[in-house]
Amino acid sequence: MNSPRSTNAQRTSHLLGIEGLERSFVEAIFSLAKEHKRAVANGKSRAPLTGRVVANLFFEDSTRTRTSFEIAAKMMGAEVLNWTATGSSVSKGETLLDTARNVDAIGPAAMVVRHGSSGAAQLISRYVRCSVINAGDGAHEHPSQALLDAFTLLERLGSLDGKRVVIAGDILHSRVARSNIHCLRLLGAEVLVSGPPTLIPVGIEALGCRVAREFPAAVELADAVMMLRVQVERQTELAFPSAQEYAAHWGLTAALASRMKPGAVVLHPGPINRGVELSSEVADGARSTILDQVSNGVAIRMAILETFAW
Amino acid sequence: MVRPLLITGGRVIDPHNRLDGVRDVLLSEGRVAEISEKPLPKDGCSVLQAHDRWVLPGLIDLHVHLREPGDEGKETILSGSRAAVAGGFTAVVAMPNTRIVNDSRLVTQFILSRARQANLCQIFPAGAISKGLKGEEMAEIGELAAAGCVCVTDDGRPVMNAGLLRRVLRYAQAFDLPVMLHEEDLSLAGKGSMTEGPRATRLGLLPIPASAEVAMVARDLTIAEETGGRVHLAHLSCEGSVRLVREAKRRGVKVTAEATPHHFTLTDAAVEGYQTHAKMNPPLRQPADVKAIRDGLADGTIDAIATDHAPHGPLEKEVEFDRSENGVVGLETALPLTLELVQQGILTKERAVELLTIGPARALGLPGGHLAIGAPANVTVVNPDAKHTVDATQFFSKSRNTPFHGRAVNGQVTHTIVGGRLVFEEGQVQEGAE
Repeated sequence: MNSPRSTNAQRTSHLLGIEGLERSFVEAIFSLAKEHKRAVANGKSRAPLTGRVVANLFFEDSTRTRTSFEIAAKMMGAEVLNWTATGSSVSKGETLLDTARNVDAIGPAAMVVRHGSSGAAQLISRYVRCSVINAGDGAHEHPSQALLDAFTLLERLGSLDGKRVVIAGDILHSRVARSNIHCLRLLGAEVLVSGPPTLIPVGIEALGCRVAREFPAAVELADAVMMLRVQVERQTELAFPSAQEYAAHWGLTAALASRMKPGAVVLHPGPINRGVELSSEVADGARSTILDQVSNGVAIRMAILETFAW
Repeated sequence: MVRPLLITGGRVIDPHNRLDGVRDVLLSEGRVAEISEKPLPKDGCSVLQAHDRWVLPGLIDLHVHLREPGDEGKETILSGSRAAVAGGFTAVVAMPNTRIVNDSRLVTQFILSRARQANLCQIFPAGAISKGLKGEEMAEIGELAAAGCVCVTDDGRPVMNAGLLRRVLRYAQAFDLPVMLHEEDLSLAGKGSMTEGPRATRLGLLPIPASAEVAMVARDLTIAEETGGRVHLAHLSCEGSVRLVREAKRRGVKVTAEATPHHFTLTDAAVEGYQTHAKMNPPLRQPADVKAIRDGLADGTIDAIATDHAPHGPLEKEVEFDRSENGVVGLETALPLTLELVQQGILTKERAVELLTIGPARALGLPGGHLAIGAPANVTVVNPDAKHTVDATQFFSKSRNTPFHGRAVNGQVTHTIVGGRLVFEEGQVQEGAE
């Protein structure tokens, strides 16, 4: 029988990160996503994954990304296996590789992995037959997020060539920042990062971006500003003294947003800390792409699954 | 009784006695009995033909983790001894951070009794600085010295409490015991898992800055200078540390230092792909640091090459990088990796041999390290030209965690002699019933 499963054994392609992808590949994902988005809007989505299983392996809490992948898989006809760290063998001390190999043995076409350790998806990919799609590994990469962010920006700005994007906040711990730097650079944008110096990792310039010392000045010249979530729960590392002081220096207030270029947009991967990195006026204002990002997320993940889950 | 052993026709390299030439070496009753330019009579002797071989004083490793007592699945004193003699080491210093910590006379005696049973290489125990390695109360250092410990160290952990270290550096002088230090300021290292720099940033791994080591080296050299205590700095990895040690030695501070083959061979590039076999503490550093370590080895700032042999199993290494244990096994790869520095012109062969023999012996005041008449009959015979490929599956160690598997190297230990007895010969360990 020539089932998809029997071809899985030979499959080796995974989506582990944006780093190393070709521009043409990313653009192909975008055109697939555009197609899916239009089809869904017209109520005519295809079901190319009928009869296949997509396994969600989430070792870290994530409602947004997990449900987005789940909806994307279901809209294309796939069965979804949800495997979370709580209530599974993980809480009984099973190793990451044992869990991954067991799920792989069930026979999914793809495994969507979220894990708190950088490199976790890559580690798994060396031991399983199915495709591995990285849904966020530690502070390393979150490729589907970067793709949906760029897709959203392309909708708003037309092109990214020569556009200037500022990514602001906790760059040190952010996989969203790293994937976005790679993706935006690939698509021709200029990328600046800004935030408390304690949260700007040493050598970030090697990824092809610049560090903007003055956040307000960078915002005024940007075509897009991507605000990262401040990890208030990471206050133990004492990277900055208080949420108030953070908001005063690296928060995007309505006053600052009013000085942005006409047509410039504001992104946020969510969930937002209203009043810390982003004021409510900006989050809900005309420049905000936040809800577009969420709906585009489904289309992008449909494109990713169609490309990798077979 | 072991028959006298005649090593004939080999090139004897004994830096301590400024000897480099073809000699016959006669070992008898556990001592070097004769060294001669003219061939010695073979009557009544076992004979080891050593033409085209290097005949070296037995290699000494100041820094190994033998895991026994407590973690015998990773290594035992016996398996670690086999790995040692297979790597050409005739003596090793066993770190005290076993699961059952060597902070008492009882544990020291246990280690020594196991070492006698293994009867392969010499094992010199290192005792703990603090009870339970907790960094709080001083261990019974006098008892440890009396039981046979050759130094004290909390290796694996720093002595974060500077006041405790100062007291230890003064107290240990009563027993003339060197204090070996693992230099790491935990508040600077934080939760980091690789060295700070562009690669850690790209891989999204939390960084360990060089200051985590260098600031502690500065602190401890200051305390050593003030107290007159003897410090031995373990596994230096940073350019800044080498510079501080060089300056301190010039001022007459009683400091010695060691560096590992992985720190003088690899940079943080080896971590690429989240390779847990390249995760160690201190972490692999930047090219400038590797160069500084090599310079320090060459100019005498660093006294010894030590392996920091740290066996771990797949359960500790086939895991997420940030959750992986630190460390690599090193006993069976140290010699060829050292010889790479000779082939690259960084070390003379005399200096390379010195760093594996008399250098470590002097640093901790151990016997041996040279081949004068009357010295212990510990000898390592090397085929310097043997090309081979590191194959971790063939290690005598119980563990295989090495980043050097598959590396093409030159130079192979062919014979290891401890106390006049052949304990390793052409790939086979000669188990030590006597």
